[in-house]
Amino acid sequence: MAQEEIDKAVSGEYNLGFEIDIETETVPPGLSEDIIRFISKKKDEPEWMTELRLKAYSKWLDMKEPHWGKLEYEPIDYQSISYYAAPKTGGPESLDEVDPKILAAYEKLGIPLEEQKQLAGVKVAVDAVVDSVSVKTTYTEELNKHGIIFCSISEAIRDYPELVKKYMFSVVPMNDNYFAALNSAVFTDGTFVYIPKGVRCPMELSTYFRINALNTGQFERTLIVADEGSYVSYNEGCSAPTRDEHQLHAAVVELVTMKDAEIKYSTIQNWYPGDENGKGGIYNFVTKRGLCKGDNSKISWTQVETGSAITWKYPSCILKGDNTVGEFYSVAVTTLAQQADTGTKMIHLGKNTSSTIISKGISAMKGQNTYRGLVKVGTHADGARNYSECDSLLIGDRCGAHTFPYLESKDTQSQIEHEATTSKISDEQLFYLRQRGINEEDAVSMIVHGFCKEVFSQLPMEYAVEAKALLELTLEGSVG
Amino acid sequence: MSKSSNNEKVLEIKDVHAKIGNKEILKGLNLDLEPGKVHAIMGPNGAGKSTLSKTIVGHYDIEMTGGDILYKGKSIKDWEPEERALEGIFLSFQHPVEIPGVNNAYFLRTALNAKRKHEGKEELNAAEFLRTMKQHLEELGMKSDMISRSLNEGFSGGEKKRNEILQMLILEPDVIILDEIDSGLDIDALRAVSEGINRMKDGKRAFLVITHYSRILDYIKPDYIHVLKEGRVIKTAGPELVARLEETGYDSIEEVQ
Repeated sequence: MAQEEIDKAVSGEYNLGFEIDIETETVPPGLSEDIIRFISKKKDEPEWMTELRLKAYSKWLDMKEPHWGKLEYEPIDYQSISYYAAPKTGGPESLDEVDPKILAAYEKLGIPLEEQKQLAGVKVAVDAVVDSVSVKTTYTEELNKHGIIFCSISEAIRDYPELVKKYMFSVVPMNDNYFAALNSAVFTDGTFVYIPKGVRCPMELSTYFRINALNTGQFERTLIVADEGSYVSYNEGCSAPTRDEHQLHAAVVELVTMKDAEIKYSTIQNWYPGDENGKGGIYNFVTKRGLCKGDNSKISWTQVETGSAITWKYPSCILKGDNTVGEFYSVAVTTLAQQADTGTKMIHLGKNTSSTIISKGISAMKGQNTYRGLVKVGTHADGARNYSECDSLLIGDRCGAHTFPYLESKDTQSQIEHEATTSKISDEQLFYLRQRGINEEDAVSMIVHGFCKEVFSQLPMEYAVEAKALLELTLEGSVG
Repeated sequence: MSKSSNNEKVLEIKDVHAKIGNKEILKGLNLDLEPGKVHAIMGPNGAGKSTLSKTIVGHYDIEMTGGDILYKGKSIKDWEPEERALEGIFLSFQHPVEIPGVNNAYFLRTALNAKRKHEGKEELNAAEFLRTMKQHLEELGMKSDMISRSLNEGFSGGEKKRNEILQMLILEPDVIILDEIDSGLDIDALRAVSEGINRMKDGKRAFLVITHYSRILDYIKPDYIHVLKEGRVIKTAGPELVARLEETGYDSIEEVQ
């Protein structure tokens, strides 16, 4: 098949690249103690939080940007970024106060902010974040009846300081890595969730992040705590306008599960990917980590990564409690000139802990896709088990797939299995389907979906539909 | 479709020249398929048997450098592979490819509905489709897990060939090309596959059976035997030719100009 036909089939248009036409309050570019104090003041934060931010900032100043990822990008000028931008109108209290333009924009993104308008007929609570602020959180009252806290992290710092003090930085220390330290200093908004003992969260929780303002960075912070015997399924989505400039996104997500608790965390990442020459696009440097603190608890990460020019992201699990379970299911797509270096870390500390890693990388056009994963088994982790499967699918001959699995086992009784495959959508596969009357686009789509099946089956149903649609859009043309 | 008669031709291969890479494999091949008839193509290795089947269905590997192929009177040499399929040309592959994660039933329903849509018919819903599929599975002696397994993935040689026949039964094509359907089949599988093929005989469909061995022709009675050698059909005769080929081999056949 001719190269241009394949390219046409996989260079999907980014259709979320519109700009919301609202007035924005933006601080001038640059990073300093004053800016951090400014952000903290804007958020009406208590003094202890301001101090923590400044501490993180001083640590960050002593750190160096890491470059071990298989990524090539222009140097990031941290002084040219604006660290705070907020829509001028709209407060988080009532839907009536949210700028209608933002409501319309979220409507366009398929995220209803009115409680009666439900996603695919299912109740989903949404925290809507535009640039540096949460503009609306839905179903808060209904969730409160169950004792569930679902609010922006800024509110949580004001209203639930004890919980925040106890858990923030407990999974991802402020100096964990360069980008985590930066986030700890300048994080603006994000979501806080607390599920009390024995409560099964009655609906899906979600956050939708929208970068809108020009030349700003997005630094959200999310903290989810599932107390003993509780369960929550949380989903995040994101998008950004089409711009020629790169924009930095450096988020931190921390998850904690107590005894018998479970968190299922799903991400559909669709930041603007830039063009096929690498112009524009989001630099996505994210630290996500979950701590299975209590025995028999479980954390499951599912991610569908289709956007961003650069992705550097390793959602991980620390399996501290006995019999804890960590899972990582990932589909990462790199097309155009996108580069992704993504994977996971499974740290086995407790006894009889088990982890599963299913990673599917799809590369097309000039996309470069790297899986990087670590499975570490500690001295006392008797009976630890890991199963890893890393598959790469290449479409065309200008893209690349790379796999770097690292294994460290201090326990001789542990059982670690790793399988890796790299395959190309073969002309024979395409021809077989076409000979049965299925057109080329549908045939590509069918093969790609087949490849991703194990991961999509992990997503909550309404998001699986979205993920499939997104994959089709990204690998444009291939609409099934 | 119009009624068949001996003068009608559903597929006309006219002086076809075709290359794979730089190598010319078909060198002025002529062959007509009649509706309702079973045409067997026999010939030594390297004669161009598989190239012929790939040329008819428009495989990427093939570059047609001369001649024409008419299907129901229309030239199809510039048609996309899927157009040829939707119009009713089916190839049972010699080596069916595995497609991981693609559910067999989903694939088949997509293919059938693509064809029904092309013909202006209503698409079949999942329940209707499954009923049809299950019936065919039983008749072919296939396990019901064929519904949920991935397309050809991990199938045995026999399962792959039965799955080709299953697709043929469901898609109901007008011209059926069977490229070495008998290779790698044990006697039970051969019987099941042949029965499936015979069920498709309706006096209108044309069959092109490409084979090395005469064994399958005991089950699927051919109307014509065509001997292919060095990229051309060098002889066409009735089924009695099979016995002679068995005895004396292909070398005894001389081209009649």
